[in-house]
Amino acid sequence: MRKREQSPELDESSILKDARKIISLQVEDRSRRAFLLRGLTLGGVAMLSGCNITDNDHVETALSSMSRFNDRVQGWLFNPNAMAPTYPESMITRPFPFNAFYGIDEAPTVDEDTYRLEVTGRVADTHSWKLEELRAMAQTDQITRHICVEGWSAIGRWGGIRFSDFLKCVGADTDAKYVGFKCADDYYTSIDMATALHAQTLLTLTYDGAVLPREYGFPMKLRMPTKLGYKNPKHIQAIFVTNTYPGGYWEDQGYNWFGGS
Amino acid sequence: MQAAPETTRAAPVAPQSSHPAWLRLAHWLNALAVLVMVTSGWRIYNASPLYEFNFPTSITLGGWLGGALQWHFAAMWMLVVVSLFYVLFNLFSGRLSRRFFPVSPKGFVHDLWSALRGRLGHDDISHYNHVQRVAYLFVMLDITVLVISGLVLWKSVQFPLLRELLGGYDSARHVHFIAMSLLVAFIAVHLVMVALVPKTLLAMIVGHKERA
Repeated sequence: MRKREQSPELDESSILKDARKIISLQVEDRSRRAFLLRGLTLGGVAMLSGCNITDNDHVETALSSMSRFNDRVQGWLFNPNAMAPTYPESMITRPFPFNAFYGIDEAPTVDEDTYRLEVTGRVADTHSWKLEELRAMAQTDQITRHICVEGWSAIGRWGGIRFSDFLKCVGADTDAKYVGFKCADDYYTSIDMATALHAQTLLTLTYDGAVLPREYGFPMKLRMPTKLGYKNPKHIQAIFVTNTYPGGYWEDQGYNWFGGS
Repeated sequence: MQAAPETTRAAPVAPQSSHPAWLRLAHWLNALAVLVMVTSGWRIYNASPLYEFNFPTSITLGGWLGGALQWHFAAMWMLVVVSLFYVLFNLFSGRLSRRFFPVSPKGFVHDLWSALRGRLGHDDISHYNHVQRVAYLFVMLDITVLVISGLVLWKSVQFPLLRELLGGYDSARHVHFIAMSLLVAFIAVHLVMVALVPKTLLAMIVGHKERA
């Protein structure tokens, strides 16, 4: 007690200094050893994946800039003349799987009589379209493979208007960067203009020869066999042409924006 | 024909490093890339299992499908760039032909048989026996198959030739999975061998001078 009172500062500081030196050596040694050991064991794999590296802000920023880089690479790789394979009717997947961010019973019901397709942004003609006007346009049919981001795929038959015809018809600025979509199920997404103008990109009104059913996106689905499933919006209510990046429902959560195949 | 494959070694001109810095760098960068690719790939697999099982989530990377895809499509660049660097350096430095060739089925069977009886020495780690040659050449080929099948899964419309070569999108999924399994099997054997001959780990970390 007395000693401490005599020269508390000197004592404490020197003791602390020594203690720190000893601890730091041990900690360094231990952490280095632990790091090496961890690197060598399968536990390292578990730790690497189980721990929080995914939640780290820097890691997230790096990963999303890589995703933006992959958008550019895919835009560069995209060949407007490369066609997705088409299949015979016998190869259609029956029943074609339902897939959305909600259950099949929650698929929206759109009233045909009051339905109007809104077209805005960098277009000359912004009038809203009735379904019968769209049905009066030239229709085309194709059997293609729908590839889901999860890895599964299914072959289906969609019919409708070539989207490039529709864009020309509304006088869209085809030099604009993006075409965005807003849907009746609150889904939203956007695509690059090159894909929008691709010959196999269809504004579909039918599935397998019949009116597009509710579960597959009534009244209309944009069908692109050159893009993954989540890029193909259903129940479309509004289309807009823009130069401002519109994002998307899944894209804003981390799915790759280009999402091409 | 008792010619042991060990004697096929050509005398080195001058002592040089059997594990040069570029090789060690490529090895460890690719080890990291493969670790990320495999563990994130397992998470992607779980989103829509191709076979009757799932990978335990605790050994996967990414947290959810979107996260795993981000890891997978970021690390793929590292895997491709480092693998290209590795193959080109091996090719142009002459290391590929020096270390991995000649290789023969007879030599492979001979060395495998010796190895299984515990009679295959690892005194000179700068010399690869025929089992090692086959294993390392196999893993180069396997990663090539992984990259090609991965390209087909990522961009099946943009690479029609590769897609048809692999028999279509769905079959490319199986090819990708099987190639991954073989890579993991290689890594398992590789790690066991490193544990049995620990000085190889040291050589891969700090380098190793070849015997004159």
